[in-house]
Amino acid sequence: MSAAQNVMASEPQQVQWHYVCETNDLVTNSGVCALVDSQQVAIFSLKINGETQVFAISNYDPIGKANVLYRGLLGSIGGAPVVASPLYKEHYFLETGLCKEHDDVSVTAYAVKVEGEKVFVGV
Amino acid sequence: MTSLDSKTQIVVVGNGMVGHHFVEQLHQSDANVEITVLCGESRLAYDRVYLSSFFSGASADDLALTTPAQYAEWGVNVVTNALVTDIDRDNNKVTTSEGQVFSYDKLVLATGSYPFVPPIPGNDQEHCLVYRTIDDLLAIEASAAVSKVGVVVGGGLLGLEAANALKQAGLDTHVVEFAPQLMAVQLDQAGGNVLKDKIEALGVTVHTQKATQTIEAGDTCRYKMVFADGTALETDMILFSAGIRPSDQLGRKSALTLGERGGIVIDNHCVTSDPNIYAVGECALWDNKIFGLVAPGYTMARTAVSHITGGDAEFAGADMSTKLKLMGVEVGSIGEAHERTAGALSYTYLNQPEGVYKKLVVDSEQKYVLGAVLVGDTSDYDTLLQYALNNIELPEHPESLILPSSDAAPALGADALPDTASICSCLNVTKGDIVSAIEGGCCSVGDVKGETKASTGCGGCAALLKNVVDSELEKRGVEVSKAICEHFNHTRQELFHIVKVNGIRTFDELLEQHGEGLGCEICKPAVGSILASVYNDYILKASHLPLQDTNDIYLGNMQKDGTYSVVPRVPGGEITPEKLILLGEVAKEYNLYTKITGGQRIDLFGARVEHLPDIWEKLVAGGFETGHAYAKALRTVKSCVGSTWCRYGVQDSVGTAIDLENRYKGLRAPHKIKFAVSGCTRECAEAQSKDIGVIATEQGWNLYVCGNGGMKPRHADLFATDLDTETLIKYIDRVLMFYVKTADRLQRTSVWMDNLEGGLAYLQDVVINDALGINGELEAQMDAVVDAYQCEWKTTIENPESRKRFRQFVNSNASDTNIQFVSERGQVRPATEAEKVAGKDQFIPVSMV
Repeated sequence: MSAAQNVMASEPQQVQWHYVCETNDLVTNSGVCALVDSQQVAIFSLKINGETQVFAISNYDPIGKANVLYRGLLGSIGGAPVVASPLYKEHYFLETGLCKEHDDVSVTAYAVKVEGEKVFVGV
Repeated sequence: MTSLDSKTQIVVVGNGMVGHHFVEQLHQSDANVEITVLCGESRLAYDRVYLSSFFSGASADDLALTTPAQYAEWGVNVVTNALVTDIDRDNNKVTTSEGQVFSYDKLVLATGSYPFVPPIPGNDQEHCLVYRTIDDLLAIEASAAVSKVGVVVGGGLLGLEAANALKQAGLDTHVVEFAPQLMAVQLDQAGGNVLKDKIEALGVTVHTQKATQTIEAGDTCRYKMVFADGTALETDMILFSAGIRPSDQLGRKSALTLGERGGIVIDNHCVTSDPNIYAVGECALWDNKIFGLVAPGYTMARTAVSHITGGDAEFAGADMSTKLKLMGVEVGSIGEAHERTAGALSYTYLNQPEGVYKKLVVDSEQKYVLGAVLVGDTSDYDTLLQYALNNIELPEHPESLILPSSDAAPALGADALPDTASICSCLNVTKGDIVSAIEGGCCSVGDVKGETKASTGCGGCAALLKNVVDSELEKRGVEVSKAICEHFNHTRQELFHIVKVNGIRTFDELLEQHGEGLGCEICKPAVGSILASVYNDYILKASHLPLQDTNDIYLGNMQKDGTYSVVPRVPGGEITPEKLILLGEVAKEYNLYTKITGGQRIDLFGARVEHLPDIWEKLVAGGFETGHAYAKALRTVKSCVGSTWCRYGVQDSVGTAIDLENRYKGLRAPHKIKFAVSGCTRECAEAQSKDIGVIATEQGWNLYVCGNGGMKPRHADLFATDLDTETLIKYIDRVLMFYVKTADRLQRTSVWMDNLEGGLAYLQDVVINDALGINGELEAQMDAVVDAYQCEWKTTIENPESRKRFRQFVNSNASDTNIQFVSERGQVRPATEAEKVAGKDQFIPVSMV
């Protein structure tokens, strides 16, 4: 499980960056899904205080057992960005992948960066 | 008392409901006792209260309260068919008719009552029966099988139950009552008359003021009953239910103190005149009263257990108020119904056409409720009982508590209730329990529900529970937040007004000006719904898309495996063969599972997100539109066959249903709404369980509102009658728009109306009489919404940007391999986790374009 990184951190050596799409494929305040090395990655673009921030977590909902997290509603809990699973509405923190409702449940949080018009996911 | 080493011998005479309760409670107390039960019947304790259900299919086993196995497990010795004939008080022994002898340290008499049979010559012939035990019921069944006419002597509680039993058995049933009215103990004359009318309307003939003199051989039937006034009644069987007498024979024989008219006298600990003998239940006399209800009997049983085990519980009488349904007729009686208290005054409401009678008896100062009689409508029972039991002072106009009127009856405030007040009768939760829960840390209705289980039964106390919780929280300085979530400090209705008044058109605007944080899955859809209701923009417009829950974004209902269901609109449930064929072809092409829905349309399951636009393109090309099965909007308008084809239909229900569905499709609301239109009074479209129900009459349409099915079904209320189509639509426009604008997030129309001060009457005043002067505005708003309608699937497939949304991967045309199907009944279904693990070979290859 790779550590969560935000857009501005420097790239650690072992992460492989994969190009996934253009920035205009993303939908502000919503999610899309990319197939990266046969893993499904949900990518979210949020406007926070006027600035666009991009997050990426695994697309697989471990409780609902379906590949649907990219279709969930985005929001914040106490200021931290979260996505609510469309199946049963558990919340996953976008920065860490941790599940709010269950301490022992989490999803992988991936590194993601935007360079120019291109979006990369680190696996 | 014996020493600690050996057990105290307890002998219980009688194993009816109260006798059994005594045994159960004593067993649970873990006292060092040995219990012997001498049961007079062949069966162990059974539910005598629900005896009549024996005739609607319940078996003796269904009614049984215990089994020999359970008593054995408890270590209770039991003998059936054991009639105790003698008590030797000097030597502490009882003897049965078979000669068996049992010793006791403590004796408990729970012998109950026996049915009184009036001394009428001929009352002992075959087919003259009583109604008390299961054996009696078997005899009644056997008799009824060879009878056509049946008479019940006695028009009290049990008599009417017995009459119902005979009626259910298919007999021409009569009730013969000695007094001038039925149920003379619980009701007054006027109430008795209303009850009589209602029972006769059910097909049972009632004869009051009839004293039977003889029972002779009949001319047209087995018997002829001859009355004192010279009239006669032919009948094949006679059921005596003319009252019960305490079975106190044992007490009489062994010289225990008895009441003047029978009953074994007991003190507050249920002890008789012999310190080692107790009496509980119907055979006991306390303060010169016999208690014929099971609840006080149970209290006596527990009191006796307490006394035996060294406790100090006392029996202090019991409230004999009852609320029940006799032969479908609601009857309620509280406290002192006969104005026996000096100076008592009464208020009476009689509605003969509806068969409703209500009487409220108050003290001379009109401050307290002394009693009440309710026939035909017992909805006021709970409130009046609270007033009576807790000595709560009446409001200024006590009559408002029983009169129907457009002013709301003053609600009994939560503060006025004492801690002993029962809030949830299903789960036995008092106000004190709720206060304890709050003191213990609960700070919301949800918390209190979880802790006390209040409102988890029938849910009828939900509003009262919320009142109590909110009141208690506010008293403690806890601000009860009505905000919908952490991001907006407003209710849904307030947000609606803010949006409308300020002309706010996007969520971001609203969040910036009136909220904080990033929003969430509660406020986003709520605001999305508000914006849609006000402006009816295309919901997948860029600014609105992020507000929608997944079902609304992908315009389908997500199923458990991430695929979607596809439900095109079939207005009024009418579909052409061509359209049916198109649905079939699309389902076959995409290998979808098909099913017909309760809303009279067809559902296609198993559609992958990336195929939705193609599927819908084909459906739209064939003339279909979205069915909004995923939306908080109008779902369907069901219809029956109607006057076009049906020989009973009086109006064209199908045409009207189609018109209504086409008018209101796409209207976004706080929750889903469902309509139905029936073409005649047979109501085949089930309109009375809908948010908007329309039933045809010869003159036009009757409009019903605010019903629903689902978890808490509610019957719709009759709103207006004999409307022409134009007025019908006007009223529906107004009711719906009023609901859309004022209801809470996710509030069904039924709950919304229940929370409107003044309820149905207020709604009628607003919509029919324009009491608020807003009808013009409501209609204009509805027209605007109707004009702005667009089929969102059509809009989506015509827009390449919108179509782009429908893909699993932004960087690949591959499909989600986690979606796997197996075959069942000739169609597909999602594979279970176990099936997925077992192997891919068995899966149906989904061959797609």
